Amino acid sequence: MSDRPVDVQALRDKALFLREETVRLIGIAKTGHFASSFSCAEILAVLYGDTLRLRRGQPDWPERDRFLLGKGHAAVALYPLLAGLDFFPSDELDSYTRLGSPFGDHPDMRRIPGIDFSSGSLGHALSAGVGMALAARLQPHQYGVYVLLGDGELHEGQVWEAAMAASHHGAANLVAIVDRNEYCLDGRVEDVVAIEPLADKWSAFGWSAHEVDGHDVEALASTFRGLTEMRRDGPAVVIAHTVKGKGVGFMEREPGWHLGYLDPQDEQLVLTELRGQG
Amino acid sequence: MSKSLPLQPGTWQLESLIDQAPVLQTLADTLADLADEGAPVVVCTADLKHSNGLVRFERRHPDRFFQFGISEQNMVSAAAGMATTGLEPYVATFASFLALLCAEQIRTDVAYTGQRVRLVGHHAGISLGFYGTSHHATEDLAVTRSMAGMTVIAPADASALAALVRAAGDWPGPIYFRIGRGREPDVYTPEQAAGMAIGSAVEHALGGDLTIIATGSSVHPSLEAARALAADDLDVGVIDMHTVKPLDAAAVARAASHSRRLMTVEEHNVLGGLGGAVAEALTEAGAPVPLLRHGMHDEYGLIGPPTHLYRHHRLDAAGIAAAAAEFLGVRSPENASADLYGT
Repeated sequence: MSDRPVDVQALRDKALFLREETVRLIGIAKTGHFASSFSCAEILAVLYGDTLRLRRGQPDWPERDRFLLGKGHAAVALYPLLAGLDFFPSDELDSYTRLGSPFGDHPDMRRIPGIDFSSGSLGHALSAGVGMALAARLQPHQYGVYVLLGDGELHEGQVWEAAMAASHHGAANLVAIVDRNEYCLDGRVEDVVAIEPLADKWSAFGWSAHEVDGHDVEALASTFRGLTEMRRDGPAVVIAHTVKGKGVGFMEREPGWHLGYLDPQDEQLVLTELRGQG
Repeated sequence: MSKSLPLQPGTWQLESLIDQAPVLQTLADTLADLADEGAPVVVCTADLKHSNGLVRFERRHPDRFFQFGISEQNMVSAAAGMATTGLEPYVATFASFLALLCAEQIRTDVAYTGQRVRLVGHHAGISLGFYGTSHHATEDLAVTRSMAGMTVIAPADASALAALVRAAGDWPGPIYFRIGRGREPDVYTPEQAAGMAIGSAVEHALGGDLTIIATGSSVHPSLEAARALAADDLDVGVIDMHTVKPLDAAAVARAASHSRRLMTVEEHNVLGGLGGAVAEALTEAGAPVPLLRHGMHDEYGLIGPPTHLYRHHRLDAAGIAAAAAEFLGVRSPENASADLYGT
């Protein structure tokens, strides 16, 4: 695996595609989480484009790696990846948030093939991931479990219950990724309730902690590859330093864009700016 | 236990707790038997393996026993994750911490996702006595019953629990099992209980004067109360409504058409639990029969030993008989035993 070069351009293209789709789908809903989705676009692109063991068209393949989106409000950027794996026809995405659609602001495992666990209530996903990781011990096949957490999500006490349990039980097939975009709804995470020193916290909870530029697809890919190949005796966390709203100048680090809507004219400006970076 | 400890024999309670709790022994042993038989059962607990007896399961299946420490919410969400892989997790802790502390994890991660997690809220109701309201659960039936897709079961005794746990193996979706402190006296022999099915009430008898619909720990004292009332020439029947959801509405309708009055008995607030469920069924059926909901009357339990609390809150046989007699407008029977669980 590691001999294969990282296809940097393909991963960048995938991240751009996610941002474009996020703009398009939020245009249907007329409101959505642009900035939270943009901060993790490269993380999702690398996980689904390089890291996770998945089979096209087989969302329930028992040996697949699991992915849980703790920050469920970024689901709009995840759905297009699942369509791209032929888990469902991509035109179904056009129903995003409309009455009866499987695709809401937060992902629903019962209605969307490829969603390994429903989310939306922050703080639950790492626990569910711990359960999946431990369950692998009773399965005939092994798999990895990847959980993407928001940095604001780390305010939830349940995350740290799960962190303790994962290291205590030696869940070496578990990787948490923190989208460290530095903002939650009411402002900077460090101003709302500080979470630093973050890597030290995870280390103190028994995790091997790694830090990476969360918009550098090559660095992300090699970090994740290293973790899958490293023989660990416990869980690992990747703190991905990101920019909330990454890719759109007026959204970057602007808490007001946690939730928003683009006028069709503004939408074109945003798409032009995004494509100019490709 | 160290030989050198200067203790009187029998004062070291942790290991002996379970000896007095046959219902909890049955839970552990039934689950271990199921695992032996190849069922995908695993057990999760939160630092209460001695209190709930699941240490007996751990001894037989250490690889299928997961200790989460005192982090109940993490345990519930983790069990939901386990269930996605085909395992059938039994998650056990005090009912107050399971159904109340973890209500949102249960709703969002277990019920909404439809996972086959079996939540076991033990020491439910006021059975933890002088531990007080933090450890009482008189809202858990209402909380879990209101979650879409959740099945809610309160077995009356060890044999009923064993039968309904076995029945759960074929049951889709999540289940909340409500059990007491494990000392509930036998209502059924294992053979009598073997045919119990989720959603089908056990009609011990329908009474012309009154039918008592009881669940869980209230079934045995309700049967005793009915016998005491019968001695006073009253025709009183009892239905064991072990499945509170989905409610056996047909059994309620049969009782409503047979009996002049109905009474529900539960170790739970009269709001939202069995009494609420039966009242809803009667109203929807348009049944013109008076109903007394007996239980905790929108109040918290006092401090006291469990048996004293049952007497105070009229949830022992004598109290149930007295409440029924008042409802029927007759003198309270004098021969109803006040003694529900021994000392």
